[in-house]
Amino acid sequence: MEPILEVKELTKDFGGLRALDRIDLKVHRGQIVALIGPNGAGKTTFFNCITGIYQPTKGEMLISPGGKEKKSLNGLKPNHVTKSGLARTFQNIRLFQNMTVLENVMIGRHCRMHAGIPGAVFRNPATMREEKQVVEDSYRLLEKIGLEQYVNEYAKNLPYGAQRRLEIARAMATEPFMLLLDEPAAGMNVKETKELDDLIVQICHQEKISILLIEHDMKLVMSLSDLIYVVDYGKKIAEGTPEEIKNNPDVIKAYLGEEVDA
Amino acid sequence: MFSFSEIKKSLLISLWFMFLTFPIMVIRVNTIYKTIEWRWDRMIMVGVGSFFLSFLWRFFIGKKETGKKKTDTGEVQQLTWIQRLTENKKIYLPSLVAISVFVVLFPFVFSMYQTNIMTTALIYVVVGLGLNIVVGLAGLLDLGYVAFYAVGAYTYALLNQHFGLGFWTVLPLGAAMGFMFGVILGFPVLRLRGDYLAIVTLGFGEIIRLILENWNAFSSGPSGIANIPRPGLFGLHLSLHQNIIYMYFIMIGLAIFTIFIVGRLQDSRLGRAWIALREDEVACQAMGIDKTRTKLSAFALGATWAGMGGVMFAAKTTFINPASFTIWESIIILCVVVIGGMGSVLGVICGAMVLILLPEYLRAFSEYRMLLFGAILVIMMVFRPEGIISNVRKTYKFEGLKDNNKDNS
Repeated sequence: MEPILEVKELTKDFGGLRALDRIDLKVHRGQIVALIGPNGAGKTTFFNCITGIYQPTKGEMLISPGGKEKKSLNGLKPNHVTKSGLARTFQNIRLFQNMTVLENVMIGRHCRMHAGIPGAVFRNPATMREEKQVVEDSYRLLEKIGLEQYVNEYAKNLPYGAQRRLEIARAMATEPFMLLLDEPAAGMNVKETKELDDLIVQICHQEKISILLIEHDMKLVMSLSDLIYVVDYGKKIAEGTPEEIKNNPDVIKAYLGEEVDA
Repeated sequence: MFSFSEIKKSLLISLWFMFLTFPIMVIRVNTIYKTIEWRWDRMIMVGVGSFFLSFLWRFFIGKKETGKKKTDTGEVQQLTWIQRLTENKKIYLPSLVAISVFVVLFPFVFSMYQTNIMTTALIYVVVGLGLNIVVGLAGLLDLGYVAFYAVGAYTYALLNQHFGLGFWTVLPLGAAMGFMFGVILGFPVLRLRGDYLAIVTLGFGEIIRLILENWNAFSSGPSGIANIPRPGLFGLHLSLHQNIIYMYFIMIGLAIFTIFIVGRLQDSRLGRAWIALREDEVACQAMGIDKTRTKLSAFALGATWAGMGGVMFAAKTTFINPASFTIWESIIILCVVVIGGMGSVLGVICGAMVLILLPEYLRAFSEYRMLLFGAILVIMMVFRPEGIISNVRKTYKFEGLKDNNKDNS
């Protein structure tokens, strides 16, 4: 089967610094793939390249949501990447603080809506139907994520764990075929991490959304992932199942440093 | 409250004020006898006055701070008095009726002069609501907004001079010109944000003014364009007094139209995108919102109202020259939005009324007018930095799946 996301030899230079060095990555339908590596390894840069925030220096990024024709992501703006079905969350939460939870999710629906200026001014039936539909869809989504009790709260007043989940809800509102989660468990306590674990499995299995995630919480990564990629200093140093990665000497070296012979 | 340190603080303040005001309050040069008068009694007055006023000032600051702490600790978001007012239909409807009656009767009860300044204030309401889209909703600080105002005014003046077009024909044309210039000037500045955007728009505003000032063949330069006709009413001949009343009602109509349209825009898919853009540009784009189009639409729609306001301004004053469109005018309009309350329609209306009417009514204080005006602005910003009426933005509320209408929050 064709991979739904295929990255070939992705390279990104910042001036003289090579942040990403010929990274290959494949995600297949229904998979949860994790990208791990020490701090500063280039994981977030990788995300930013895929989602169009950075333009890669070299390399190709292809998606094929239907499993048939391929579409290149190179040179697309972030909003077009999102429209073609890749939605992301951010490492440091970037919610719309002064909007309600419902409105945050409604913004996610934006790219699947059509009303323009005339629709806003005249409020024709089509626009009104769309507006009604978006409120309803957004609420249903919040129910799925388990945030319905906060629906009319301002995003900034939510507890930390709920804010993280809201970011995922907002990303899911764009109807993606794949979610890119940048450290979704950062700063969460054990209970919240467990809930997140369940949520990610639920998204993957029930909603049929594939997931690519960056995470430092090894317990979470090992229990969730079908496949793990390890990067260090912008290079891919290993790929494989959690079992393989656990025993890979290169990975242990990158994380714990080299053993010095006495 | 009256501890030793408090008294010391106030004493220092009064000394400082005595020192500051010394040259203007105490020394007076008598030019006839070429002597200097020393008015020491005034110095004592300043000292005593500032001593007591500083206590009052600190009392109110303290009161404000404890009030803020209370709302911080309380979990439930407190509604402002204005929100409670608009929620309550029993108060809301009668007050709406009262305001409408007042508005209709205004020009017949009050003098021509009063009606005239009210018309000016209404122009600022319209223009302020336009800028509110750009600054309040989309969060793009635009310091050259007056350029679009000038575009509207000169559209009317020039089209009338060369082609004899009337007010009603030019009003939509002025709006269209505003929109077009909004798009043209919007494109190059879209990549910028915050301070950089402010500076570039400031530059654009000045460019437009300088073109109008120096391109004599086009705009007759600093001498301006005179004899611009007032709006017509089916070819009827109106006296000056009637015409002022007529313009007042045109402005009322235009203001209601603006409030209606801006309200609807704010409360739509596009309006949500603007607010999201203000909140976080990167996240906004990552959620699939076209940044360029959203910013451009905010810029252009904001400019549309400035264009209309400009046409009305030209028709009202019957004479325009570039001196009416200086940076000062941009600042005033921006003040209307900021002091009124960014992003709130009602706030902007109040802001325009306060900022335009206050200097007029302070004329009674003659030379202290601007001093008082400045003091009022400072006090307002200290005690209500969020504006007169802040954040009465409609938020989407969810009330069950069956009837999920939007409601005032």
